[in-house]
Amino acid sequence: MTEYTEQILTGAPRKQRAERMRIVWLITIPLIAVLSQVYVPRFVPFLSYLELPLLITVHFALSRHGPMSAVFYGMSIGLVQDSLSHQPIGMFGIVKTLVGYFAASVSMRFDVENPIVTFIICFFFYFFHQFFYWVLARALLGQAMLFDVQQTLVFGLLNALVALPLFKVLDKLRVVR
Amino acid sequence: MDFFLSRYRNLTVLLIVIVAQLVLIAYQVKTSRDVPLIRVWAVTAVTPVEQVLEVVRRYTWGFVEDYFVLLGVKSENDKLKHENGDLKLQNNYLKSELSTADRARALSVFQAHSQSKTVAARVIGNGTGANSKVVFVDRGAASGVESGMAVVTPDGIVGKVVDAYPTASLVMLITDPTFAAGVISEKNHVRGTLKGQGHSECLVDYVQNEEAVDSGEWFYTSGDDRIFPRGFPVGQVSAARNGKTFKEIYLRPSGMQGGGVEEVLVVLEGVHQQIPDSEMATPGYKILAPPADGVTHASIPEPGGTFLATDADRLRQQYKQAGAAQNHVFGEGLPGSKPPDFSKIPGIRAAQPPVPSGRGNGPSAPVPASAPAAANSGPAPTTSSASKPPASKPPVNADQSVVAKPKPKPPAPPLTGDPAEPDTEAAPRPRSSQPAAAPVAPKPPRNP
Repeated sequence: MTEYTEQILTGAPRKQRAERMRIVWLITIPLIAVLSQVYVPRFVPFLSYLELPLLITVHFALSRHGPMSAVFYGMSIGLVQDSLSHQPIGMFGIVKTLVGYFAASVSMRFDVENPIVTFIICFFFYFFHQFFYWVLARALLGQAMLFDVQQTLVFGLLNALVALPLFKVLDKLRVVR
Repeated sequence: MDFFLSRYRNLTVLLIVIVAQLVLIAYQVKTSRDVPLIRVWAVTAVTPVEQVLEVVRRYTWGFVEDYFVLLGVKSENDKLKHENGDLKLQNNYLKSELSTADRARALSVFQAHSQSKTVAARVIGNGTGANSKVVFVDRGAASGVESGMAVVTPDGIVGKVVDAYPTASLVMLITDPTFAAGVISEKNHVRGTLKGQGHSECLVDYVQNEEAVDSGEWFYTSGDDRIFPRGFPVGQVSAARNGKTFKEIYLRPSGMQGGGVEEVLVVLEGVHQQIPDSEMATPGYKILAPPADGVTHASIPEPGGTFLATDADRLRQQYKQAGAAQNHVFGEGLPGSKPPDFSKIPGIRAAQPPVPSGRGNGPSAPVPASAPAAANSGPAPTTSSASKPPASKPPVNADQSVVAKPKPKPPAPPLTGDPAEPDTEAAPRPRSSQPAAAPVAPKPPRNP
């Protein structure tokens, strides 16, 4: 195990909960993310690939809030997304619940402040999110949805790229306790 | 159990949450019902913010956007104006092409249905001269065109050929001041001479002030000029008033609607046609409808198949019968030989042949309505009885009423066929002796 690898796996955890986001931001930011998802593509259709609620969920989970809170946070964001969609309520909820749980679990083992790790985690969870949603749609709703792997991979890369500056901005909103 | 829950608390919560959502989805799918509460909350929470965002966007970014849009409006307006001009040009060109195609089709249809032999020609240029109205057409002597031929369109006459060159011809239009043609009115068959005026209207001259010509009435070629076949439309009366000596009748030439012509027909061999039927001029008193068989006493068929059109014919027939009774052959006796004794002719009335019931022309054979009265009342008339109707008795049909009018000049000799004017003083031929498709003259529009 090299020194760098060791640093990634066992590096100093992210400020060890000394910094937490205010509750108002915890509510407002997901709302803005959902709003941007339903509002921005009206004027910039190209940005419809952005899955900001997912990135917010991942960021929250990586902030060492704990798996429990990440589960409920992801579930809440997912349910709000479901409410504004035409699908049965719970589809995004289940997917984001799992994403929140696994992201929180990953954050326990990796130095998630490393940009490369953040990029890989975001890319992976975007792919997981899309794939699991496709599985649920086929299994639970019987919908013959298409899953374009190449497009999903490309969009995953783009979302991971967006996640790097976004996480920096969101980290700024945290306050020291 | 407590150990398990405390050790796998996170996983347990995750499972509970997942299962709860699965149950929620199963419920929705199973019952096909929604969970309106969650949706209402979410929508109620999101849409006001969305509305605010939209208002802000409209008054900020939308304003900026409108400003930049307005910056480009002038150039876009100029571009659209230019494009509009191009489209107008294109539209006019297409309209012109369509009009040309319509005219060409009308011309070919008219050419196919007309009895006259014609050749289509296209106007290729105007003649020089300040006041002259002449044009060149692309058909000349090589196509059989000769000087003096009529030039017409389906709408009416256009002019006449004044010079024929090998590949082109010079056509004098009817608006030329030196142009003249014989015309006849539609209702009362009033004859006159059409003269060009140098502008868009023509004058019908030499019509007595006593003649009745109404505004809007149509004039047709009379065939008197030996150029235009009878029956071609000439134009519609735009104004008619009494003059010092003759009526002043102004005509709008129907063949030159729009001020000019492009495609014409040169009449190589003209065939006279009938003037289209029209309503009679109101005589001022009630007249009876014509009899069903439409007979006149002017055309009584002979047993031999000949027709005694006039009283002179009947008189000649009587002399022939008298000669035949005395075995005399007309035209063989030498001068000085004894002629047949015509004093034995019993009399005109007695020698009048009986009217056959079904011979000759069958149902169309005319039977004189007033023949018995005329036969018993005195000497034979010198003209048909139709020319002298009883004072208290109106003419029996339209033709007779027109015949009763005195004519200023006799009918012109035929051009190719016989004009066969129904109102000439000579007795009309029966219908079987008319050209096969004589009434082919296209009836011009009443209100062009």
